[in-house]
Amino acid sequence: MAQMTMIQAITDAMRTELKNDPNVLVFGEDVGQNGGVFRATEGLQAEFGEERVFDTPLAESGIGGLAIGLATQGYRPVPEIQFFGFLFEVMDSIAGQMSRTRFRSGGTHHSPITVRAPFGGGVRTPELHADSLEGLVAQTPGLKVVIPSTPYEAKGLLISAIRDNDPVVFLEHMKLYRSFREEVPEEEYTIPIGKAAVKREGKDVTLIAYGAMVHAALKAADELAEDGIEAEVIDLRTVSPVDYETIITSVEKTNRVVVIQEAQRQAGVAAAVAAEIQERAILHLEAPVLRVTAPDTVYPFAEAEEVWLPNHKDIVEKVNQVINF
Amino acid sequence: MKHVLKDVESKFEMFQILNEDGEVVNKEFMPDLSDDELRELMRRMVYTRILDQRSIALNRQGRLGFYAPTAGQEASQLGSHFAIEKEDFILPGYRDVPQLIWQGLPLYQAFLFSKGHFHGNQYTEELQAFAPQIIIGAQYVQAAGVALGMKLRGKKNVAITYTGDGGTSQGDFYEGINFAGAYQAPAIFIVQNNRFAISVPVEKQTAAKTLAQKAVAAGIEGIQVDGMDVLAVYAATKDARDRAVNGEGPTLIETMTYRFGPHTMSGDDPTRYRSDDLDKEWEKKDPLVRFRKFLEGKKLWSEEDENRVIEEAKEDIKEAIKKADQYPKQKVTDFINYMNEELPLNLQEQLKEYEAKESK
Repeated sequence: MAQMTMIQAITDAMRTELKNDPNVLVFGEDVGQNGGVFRATEGLQAEFGEERVFDTPLAESGIGGLAIGLATQGYRPVPEIQFFGFLFEVMDSIAGQMSRTRFRSGGTHHSPITVRAPFGGGVRTPELHADSLEGLVAQTPGLKVVIPSTPYEAKGLLISAIRDNDPVVFLEHMKLYRSFREEVPEEEYTIPIGKAAVKREGKDVTLIAYGAMVHAALKAADELAEDGIEAEVIDLRTVSPVDYETIITSVEKTNRVVVIQEAQRQAGVAAAVAAEIQERAILHLEAPVLRVTAPDTVYPFAEAEEVWLPNHKDIVEKVNQVINF
Repeated sequence: MKHVLKDVESKFEMFQILNEDGEVVNKEFMPDLSDDELRELMRRMVYTRILDQRSIALNRQGRLGFYAPTAGQEASQLGSHFAIEKEDFILPGYRDVPQLIWQGLPLYQAFLFSKGHFHGNQYTEELQAFAPQIIIGAQYVQAAGVALGMKLRGKKNVAITYTGDGGTSQGDFYEGINFAGAYQAPAIFIVQNNRFAISVPVEKQTAAKTLAQKAVAAGIEGIQVDGMDVLAVYAATKDARDRAVNGEGPTLIETMTYRFGPHTMSGDDPTRYRSDDLDKEWEKKDPLVRFRKFLEGKKLWSEEDENRVIEEAKEDIKEAIKKADQYPKQKVTDFINYMNEELPLNLQEQLKEYEAKESK
């Protein structure tokens, strides 16, 4: 076992699959010799050669199209979009094309593509780098959307994503890249896509989060415990499709729910989760399902990130509301 | 300051082999095609013209759905297609159904595509192609990927893709030719310049004098071809293919053509944006008339040949539309089953719901 940061675990997952499957190709802007702007592909070109790990011209739609075309020749592309804020440039390739390959061709073609991209606030990037745009892709049929919150899960989920025969959007929260290390096995292992994980058990309230907000929820749970409130924390890990089985099991136990996302409030993952909970378990609820989200403004300029991003205090406040409803 | 634009543009002269009277004006580049191959090219053009006429009629009767007429563009579509091999990969636009048919797509499936039935897009392994692309230009970036994949696999094949004059304004057009150029990937990018993107004339589309010259910016070969001259289109595509499989990179081919019909059968009225005079001017360039004259001069085509192909086409179309009409209707459960290799949880639930509805 080795201690790894999330970025190291991600590199390790790609290395594992580049070794396992000669059809895996890793490419994107600066991913070759430079190893990616976050060093996610560090050392991979040197190890696997320029035909397996390579730079692309600077055009995201081209990168998406390249992946779709390469798949017709039996390849398993793992393109990197340098920042997920550039989703708009590659939206057609992802949401208009690769998500529909299997459907459009009646099952005769498919797109076994894993689109990796960093996203998420708190690291003072310029505009259109940090936005949480997972809702845009989560609403697109045909895409799976995976967001890990720990190094161990990042490796297992990324290996599952690369092996998936349908497109997966794999979003890596920038703040988690190097924020902590944990034990990550050097051998290969997978974590199933579409399965949530209970990160902390509790009986009084269920906190549902993903990405960096999982850590905010865990911090809130620690604080709440001091006041005698035992919060259960669920990490969705996959925001499309969502694991409602794990959610409903928890809700039936706690009867109170707060859903947390870093993204703005309008539409989005938390709204969908809240709607499904009331459809599936309204008689188990003692209070309305509340959400902790960012406000419905454009993502702020870097200096103002802290006042804008949801944090553990916001979560504690909402928990107190559902407890005292 | 040295200004090079006019200089560069002047280099892009239209390549032609047959003039409007079917006379060879460019003997040097006359392709090496046998008499049988020349006759086959004519057969395909006549057959495709009949298919277009019948498709328009069937659309008006409500027996077909979405249809983009092809008359006028046969030389561009079929001349370029004639130059590619069975194992090459086609990425068509929505007007490029004839190339798929001559690559092996059964006619009834082409009709199912028009009607909006997914079976129309279920191609066999042998038919190396994507279904017609609806988003203008998206096929260009994908073609770069197919071509790069062929190069990495060491295949001696090409990806060939089609768009129109309007398509050359799209970002994906530039990204596609640039990516293919950067990787020296074996791709052939055809631009069928039929002069109108629905209603907008090519003069309003760009300041560029030719669309072929856009290749220069990507660092790839570009050529403008008489798109009403099937031999010129064939020769240019064959040359592009030979160079591509030889590792010499992609080519952009602009074919100067014209669609005699409307943009699609969904309510487009060309009289709103095209003059009678322009229509007449281009009808004189009809690729079938020109090639027929050439073949008749060589005693390779007769009225009997023509009539035989017309009858063959009509018979095939009759059978195919019957099959398409009787084809089993689509169900929501079909759609659910073709979304993913393994059904995700949400679709597992929805499948049960729709199975129950459909069994009622």
